Amino acid sequence: MIAASLAVFSWKFLGYLVPEKYVSNPRFREIADAITVGLLSSLIAIQGFTTDSAVTVDSRLPALILAAGLLYLRMPFIVVIASAAALSALIRMFF
Amino acid sequence: MNRIPVVAVSIGMATGIYAVSFGALGVTAGLSILETMLLSLLMFSGASQFAFVGVVATGGMAAIPTAIASAWLLGVRNGFYALRMAPVLGMPGISKLLSAQLTIDESTAVATAQSNQADEQRGFWWTGVSVFIFWNLMTLAGALLGDQIGDPANYGLDSAAAAAFLGLVWPRLSSSKFKLIGLAAFVVALATISIVPAGIPVLLGALVAAVIQYWGKR
Repeated sequence: MIAASLAVFSWKFLGYLVPEKYVSNPRFREIADAITVGLLSSLIAIQGFTTDSAVTVDSRLPALILAAGLLYLRMPFIVVIASAAALSALIRMFF
Repeated sequence: MNRIPVVAVSIGMATGIYAVSFGALGVTAGLSILETMLLSLLMFSGASQFAFVGVVATGGMAAIPTAIASAWLLGVRNGFYALRMAPVLGMPGISKLLSAQLTIDESTAVATAQSNQADEQRGFWWTGVSVFIFWNLMTLAGALLGDQIGDPANYGLDSAAAAAFLGLVWPRLSSSKFKLIGLAAFVVALATISIVPAGIPVLLGALVAAVIQYWGKR
């Protein structure tokens, strides 16, 4: 448990050890911003549309569409997440 | 702006929803309540934790080395987040350990959506601390309930996690460049999921994002 936690922590900490002169350059910041968007978008794909390394479409798709609609309407984060979970759970209960 | 604490607590509560499923999965996989809690307190990185207990659930204690490797691989992105947050937070010396532990998807996403450095710092700390508190309390709740909960998918918790990532990236999608970058990363991750090991598709998505940003500027 501890070894695994240290392994994961090593990444978090390494990022803070890179000298300031490299990471504060605006060009670098733009790329780091793009990477953040890229990581989160990939995570939507993996969490929303895959099961055991295969692409699958199920009740997570309507849940994500509902989430997008609620985000567009500027609903609070917790409402968006709870609604997505509830819609998905309801669909699974009936089908 | 007083919106930051509200957003931070809201995100903390939302992550608490799937921390319950992590706690339950941990004890169902054969870990003790204490071991499950240690992962949430010390590893504190959702994807890595789910991967770790997922491998232990199928392979038992013999699979611990594989479990560590998967968790480590899925944690790479926190290193990119740390690179992004380091100049914003400017933490001196040993205090870097504290900011490092709270460097996760949520804290970085809220920070980078702000428009000035003071708000970026507030966004990072509020969200990091809020998620840490809710994540650990709800992991404990899930671990205590254990297998009474059943399959987390029955409650749509997998959809909650997907919607959370969508909610985190949403504020950045107002720019058409980031829309394109997000879409490209999404497509690359799905296109590669069945041909490379778990954890790699997300990094390929990040790589494509960096490449588009780099070449798009020239």
